[in-house]
Amino acid sequence: MEDKASKTGKIYITIVFLLLYIPIVYLILYSFSKGTTMTNFQGFSLKHYGELFADKRMLAIFLNTILIALLSSVCSTIIGTMGALAVHNAKRKHERETLLSLNSILLVSPDVIIGASFLIFFTALKLPLGFWSVLLSHIAFEIPIVLLLVLPRLDEMSPSMTNAAMDLGATPAQILSKIVLPYIQPGIIAGFFMAITYSLDDFAVTFFVTGNGFTTLSVEIYSRARQGISLEINALAGIMFIFSLILVGVYYLIETHNARNGRKKNLVEVTDR
Amino acid sequence: MKKNFRGLFFTPYVLWLAMFVIAPVALIFYYSFFDIHHNFTLSNYQEFFTSGTYLTMTANSVLYAFLITLFAILISYPMALVISKLKHRDLWILLVILPTWINLLLKAYAFIGLLSHDGLVNQLFQFFGLPIQHMLFTDSSFILVAAYIQIPFMILPIYNSLTDISGSYIRASRDLGATKWQTLTKVIIPMTMPGIKSGIQIVFIPSLSLFMLSRLIGGNKVITLGTAVEEHFLTTMNWGMGSTIGVVLIISMVIVMLLTNTKRKRRRA
Repeated sequence: MEDKASKTGKIYITIVFLLLYIPIVYLILYSFSKGTTMTNFQGFSLKHYGELFADKRMLAIFLNTILIALLSSVCSTIIGTMGALAVHNAKRKHERETLLSLNSILLVSPDVIIGASFLIFFTALKLPLGFWSVLLSHIAFEIPIVLLLVLPRLDEMSPSMTNAAMDLGATPAQILSKIVLPYIQPGIIAGFFMAITYSLDDFAVTFFVTGNGFTTLSVEIYSRARQGISLEINALAGIMFIFSLILVGVYYLIETHNARNGRKKNLVEVTDR
Repeated sequence: MKKNFRGLFFTPYVLWLAMFVIAPVALIFYYSFFDIHHNFTLSNYQEFFTSGTYLTMTANSVLYAFLITLFAILISYPMALVISKLKHRDLWILLVILPTWINLLLKAYAFIGLLSHDGLVNQLFQFFGLPIQHMLFTDSSFILVAAYIQIPFMILPIYNSLTDISGSYIRASRDLGATKWQTLTKVIIPMTMPGIKSGIQIVFIPSLSLFMLSRLIGGNKVITLGTAVEEHFLTTMNWGMGSTIGVVLIISMVIVMLLTNTKRKRRRA
């Protein structure tokens, strides 16, 4: 492919890229400042990282966040994959479409609606707010994205593969474990990683269902940021930035691996939160 | 033979649909008919549609969301267009995606520093001899930050629809004597309408409910539907009114979906 962009075009995208990255660079740059504000850079220091690592409360919140992300992603990957199998095996076309549109409700709803309705739901069930309500909510809003990442794999699988297996006497359990699951495995892994990032990224839903005792990183950042600037948050941003770089890297490796195995869909299409 | 198996996959998923999709939405509708003393009433809706505060608030949120979406399109379309013509476009689009993987609150927090009284933006203003502005806690800063956060989400669907256009259409239009501008307005933009529409869907609906941004950046001046829902549910504990506003949000969401989905339906028919 040749480069067909004009010079003005290139200048334009350079400016937009600069604008996109200035806030992020600015944020991380100040995590290394000796001062206490985000206005005057006062020389290099790692003291805010030191404070961050010494902060026991922050460490607990960090571990909570990771725990929620991992547990919820495992559960939502299992249920989402089952959902994809259910949608794939739907007999009539309208059955499939009903399932798919119900599936997308949580993907398109504004976060406040999801949060508020889950809050009502947990209160109606008399489930105390805290770890479990946050975990259940995260599982709930991650399922639809897993389904959407697994389903295309299933749909492109040739039916002759399962037919051949059946003719050769495989049981349904064998077909599932020996043929279907290995074939859709890349989709499942992609779904798992996407679920993790959804969980790490979520603020609004968690904010509604978290109650008083339990906090995740997003909620903690929000309450600290409301009190004003604290460069400890900048240090946290630096660490989370590296964390997301690693996640992007892993996700991209999986995706390019998938693409090499004949699938052309890219992550661009599913990144709409 | 496959029947039992299907039931096995169906059950957990359908259970999830019933518990976390249908039940919560039903509950929000149900609660919207109760006042703060748990009496069944239509007064929430009556209050919403007669009180000036709620109506101006709705109008304001729609206006904010509209402006955010508009700015996002105006910046994103040329961006997507240029990127789609670059040699290593996959790499460049990855650079667009990267900021979306950074926690939204951290990005909002960065703007608290950037836009503050002695922040980078004001330092630049001073450098060019402009007076210092109070930018934080105004509605324009809210729109700016929201548009900043939404731009990558607008670029992606437009970029996808641009790369789906076969090069032969562009060549055909050139061969038939169209100028670059004509090719853009008569061929490229109409063919990327699905991308623009899904971009609008992705950006407009969340923009109605960005309560954390309006709190952090807009101060308490910017009150949107999302802020009101949050306040009724978590501060004043008037869940009935909060649910009513939630229902209004759901309905506006459905309207936006219907307006932006026309294309797909027409094609199917």
